[in-house]
Amino acid sequence: MSVLVYTESEQGAFKKVALEVASYAKTVADQLGTTVTAVTINVDNASELGNYGVDKVLNISNDQLQSFNANGYAEAIKQAAEKEAAKVVVISSSADSKYLAPLLAVGLNAGYASNVIEAPSSTSPFTVKRTAFTNKAFEISQINTDVKIIGVSNNSFGLVENTGSASAEDFSPSLSDLGVQVESVDKATDKVTIADADVVVSGGRGLKGPENWGMIEELADVLGAATACSKPVSDLGWRPHSEHVGQTGKPVASNLYIAIGISGAIQHLAGVNASKVKVVINTDEEAPFFKAADYGVVGDAFDVVPQLIEKIKAFKAQQ
Amino acid sequence: MKILVCISHVPDTTSKINFSEGDTKFDTNGVQFVINPNDEFGLTRAMWFKEKQGAEVTVVNVGGPETEPTLRKALAIGADAAIRVNTAASDGFSVAKQLANVFKDGGYDLVIAGRESIDYNGGMVPGMIAGLINANFVNNCINLEVDGTSAKAVREIDGGKETVSTTLPLVIGGQKGLVEESDLRIPNMRGIMMARKKPLSVIEPIEASAETTSVKFEKPAPKGAVKLVSADNLDELVDLLHNEAKVI
Repeated sequence: MSVLVYTESEQGAFKKVALEVASYAKTVADQLGTTVTAVTINVDNASELGNYGVDKVLNISNDQLQSFNANGYAEAIKQAAEKEAAKVVVISSSADSKYLAPLLAVGLNAGYASNVIEAPSSTSPFTVKRTAFTNKAFEISQINTDVKIIGVSNNSFGLVENTGSASAEDFSPSLSDLGVQVESVDKATDKVTIADADVVVSGGRGLKGPENWGMIEELADVLGAATACSKPVSDLGWRPHSEHVGQTGKPVASNLYIAIGISGAIQHLAGVNASKVKVVINTDEEAPFFKAADYGVVGDAFDVVPQLIEKIKAFKAQQ
Repeated sequence: MKILVCISHVPDTTSKINFSEGDTKFDTNGVQFVINPNDEFGLTRAMWFKEKQGAEVTVVNVGGPETEPTLRKALAIGADAAIRVNTAASDGFSVAKQLANVFKDGGYDLVIAGRESIDYNGGMVPGMIAGLINANFVNNCINLEVDGTSAKAVREIDGGKETVSTTLPLVIGGQKGLVEESDLRIPNMRGIMMARKKPLSVIEPIEASAETTSVKFEKPAPKGAVKLVSADNLDELVDLLHNEAKVI
């Protein structure tokens, strides 16, 4: 009766969220007085997981699962959960995990809570805190089923190191037709993605045009950040829709969100409220974003951003 | 092709969120309800299938009589028929079970649902329907084309997009991009008049337990005032981000 955790990877290496969900699973396992088993899919070396509290790793190597496939991944994790008689399955709240989780929930007949931000406040009844109403409130949710699935919100729990080592075992799930085939992928592989980023630098209509995005990209580059934009900017076609953050765009749960030339419409704020620290740079001191921000600079982005790039470069050089 | 479009009845984006009965219930006082934005993109794409490929479009919702104006709006936009499953929506799993039952009874080929509702943000209903009816599932769908029983979809992934092929029956979790926002439809007077004559059937729920229960709600602690930094003193901002906020 272990806690099972699905540790996401890309091109054979763990994503940061994998270590965060492992840390979360260890906390739940301690509460329940049990151990943590991790499932990996096509990972080169899983030994790192021992440092985050994982006792045992089930390594799946399967050519059918080279590209993410929700059905296939859900089936593989389901079979691992059954093998381990897991009562709790921990996953992340990444787009991929949110895609496979409902299929897994049906497969295991398990209650599923997504966007969970804290360790369970009680394990009997099993109670977790999650965000709701697009980050305008929290819901305390009780999971009533025998098997429970928890989707941990990115950057909410953090990494907790443990000293330990994990035993490893190969695991071969039996998979049938996956149903959905990937034809092509169009992805900028050298860029930090919004979902993985600790820092997000976002531009709005105040930037006046796509030709001015160079400084947004440079600031993001200096900070190791992902670039993002407001809805009008993606509607105008200045930036791709995959960069649009907000209620109908991507949610952001970074440690630092820098909004440049974005006034802060309620739909935009809803999508970025889960970020820990928000900085706003805007000429209009009445912009609603200043009410939601932690730090603000009233000023012209074209003056402020180049200076900020230089200041951060100087700061980094000193570190 | 028979399409089932799932419609969630949600508070308007600009609504103030409050709770009643000791913070255990969402307070609907003064709240205007709308079609869930992600569902609205799906409904408009269904209209495209109706107009270009002769699809028949039914909208469905799980909820009490108070949700009917939202279904009528979907009919006014152009859906052919509406179904209301007469029970209060509790958790995502129980809603998915009701919707899967409607699917099984109706002989549908395609289910279009929003990737998540903007109230509870569970993001589970479309995938759970797919799991329950054993259909293919594409989430975060931003384009969909159907040719006979084959479908080609584009879905948003982190940092880009992915094109996939699959077959019907199919469930999609749709979002912005499925149609352009400028193509979303506002009901006109003719649509509103016609909607009154279209069938809105009320069916009784099947037995489906809730797997999760909302125990209580909390609102975030009030935020402190923004700390303003002069545009002439950005060293201070760097210092605050490093020493106070500890994010760089």
